[in-house]
Amino acid sequence: MNVLATSSLTRRFGAKVAVDAVSIAVEAGESFALLGSNGAGKTTLIKMLTTLLPPTSGSASVAGFDVVRQSAKVRRAIGYVPQAISADGTLTGAENLRLFARLYDVPRRAQAATVQAALTFMGLQEVGDRLVNMYSGGMVRRLEIAQAMLHRPQVLFLDEPTTGLDPIARTTVWEHVSRLRSEAGMTVFFTTHLMEEADRWCTRLAIMNAGRVVITGTPIDLKQSLGIAAASLNDVFTRYAGTTIQNGERYGDILQSRAVARRLG
Amino acid sequence: MTSSNPERSPGGSGNSPAIWAFASKTLAIAGAEGRKLGHDPTELLTRAVQPALWMLVFGEVFTRTHAIPTGDIPYRDFMAPGILAQSVLFIAIFYGIAVIWERDLGIVHKMLVSPTPRTALVLGKALSAGLRALSQAVIIYVLALVLGVGMNWSPLALAGVLCVVLLGAAFFSTFSLIIACIVRTRERFMGVGQLLTMPLFFASNAIYPLSVMPRWLRVVAHFNPLSYQVDALRRLMLAPTGSGAAGPGAVAEFGLPTDFAVLVLALVGVLIVGARLYPRIVR
Repeated sequence: MNVLATSSLTRRFGAKVAVDAVSIAVEAGESFALLGSNGAGKTTLIKMLTTLLPPTSGSASVAGFDVVRQSAKVRRAIGYVPQAISADGTLTGAENLRLFARLYDVPRRAQAATVQAALTFMGLQEVGDRLVNMYSGGMVRRLEIAQAMLHRPQVLFLDEPTTGLDPIARTTVWEHVSRLRSEAGMTVFFTTHLMEEADRWCTRLAIMNAGRVVITGTPIDLKQSLGIAAASLNDVFTRYAGTTIQNGERYGDILQSRAVARRLG
Repeated sequence: MTSSNPERSPGGSGNSPAIWAFASKTLAIAGAEGRKLGHDPTELLTRAVQPALWMLVFGEVFTRTHAIPTGDIPYRDFMAPGILAQSVLFIAIFYGIAVIWERDLGIVHKMLVSPTPRTALVLGKALSAGLRALSQAVIIYVLALVLGVGMNWSPLALAGVLCVVLLGAAFFSTFSLIIACIVRTRERFMGVGQLLTMPLFFASNAIYPLSVMPRWLRVVAHFNPLSYQVDALRRLMLAPTGSGAAGPGAVAEFGLPTDFAVLVLALVGVLIVGARLYPRIVR
């Protein structure tokens, strides 16, 4: 069953077409990666799927609800970790979680237990009462994922969840996400520009270039489709996007990802 | 931004009635802000300096000169409520900076993706500004006590002051949020904020009564919500002087029912506009 589907989903900003007639379908339980360089339209697409941005044309449904007409129902069914660092540094980890437990209508009596369970699940039980300013980058990301899963969403959206993290923190974050997927049966939809990350942590991926989805498939199928021995996802990307992943980066995007990296320390 | 905005505020469709969910979420947002202040109250201390200067320097000088007619109450008494209103204004009017900052951090994105009515998000932020503003009321009361201003200490009057401060801060912070949603960057916001603060302050009855203003300014002041906030504070904060009809009523101009009506309506107005514009700041 499709838990997420788009049909000719398009978003224009003035003359620029940021997302161009994208049609994709994701099944429940998948870990779906959207792979592309910065500026390829990944974030715009995820903003439309999470009801933050209305599409210019086309349609999308998430958890069975239309993202435009039933946006309130979509919001109840999803969790979202934005690309920027969205945990509040001037609150403690537990306070960040408590706020979102209330915003997500976790019943009052269950709130304390829910917050505690989320901290424990993400390996943050020791630091729950510390200000988030004191957290390492990986801890912040894990806290943000905890914030986004308090209400047991059907689909978890992660926009470049590991940008700016060192390899060890990156792996820890992904291990927690896959545990979440296997234990809670959540569907994970994430964007990345790291080939090896997509290769290792997704069940299926779509490659995006200049607003369009150029190909969709499992990492293995895509690699085999090239017909060369030991093809990597990098080869796949170059073949289908017609460019290497770094070439599409814009100056502003580079500044933004550096800023994120700096904040994550 | 061509497509119309189809999202009406969705009340909580869970088990609890929508109005409770709305109130609970609004308070959750304001509560989180309160905790932030608890973790780091330095901001409140530095903010105490400005009203102190106005009261101790400006107020004392003008009390001596008797340059401004304030009926039978000393100028320092007259201006104390005005300076409170001014401090509330200064705190609230730059609230948009925080909105833009939180947008850059992604906090706004995450709030907007949660099933929280947009009006609750905006009102929660407005109440947070109110919390900060209340600290100013405490400072003004301390200064008034030190300077010997005749204050009205009745619990009812104090509760009234609390309401007016919350209303005023909520109005101006939401007004500021609207500006932030329109100008979108910190640099532009700083410019607009500076541009607005002083005219709002001077085109009000905060430090001189409407009666001394030229006619055009008096007209402008009547359209300035700050005037009504000052008026309400003047009536509620100052002690009755005992000389019959005179007292704070003699220097107040609109009457409490008008003051409250204007402030509440103004707040409702900016809340409606703010709730519509707030989701646009992330686009």
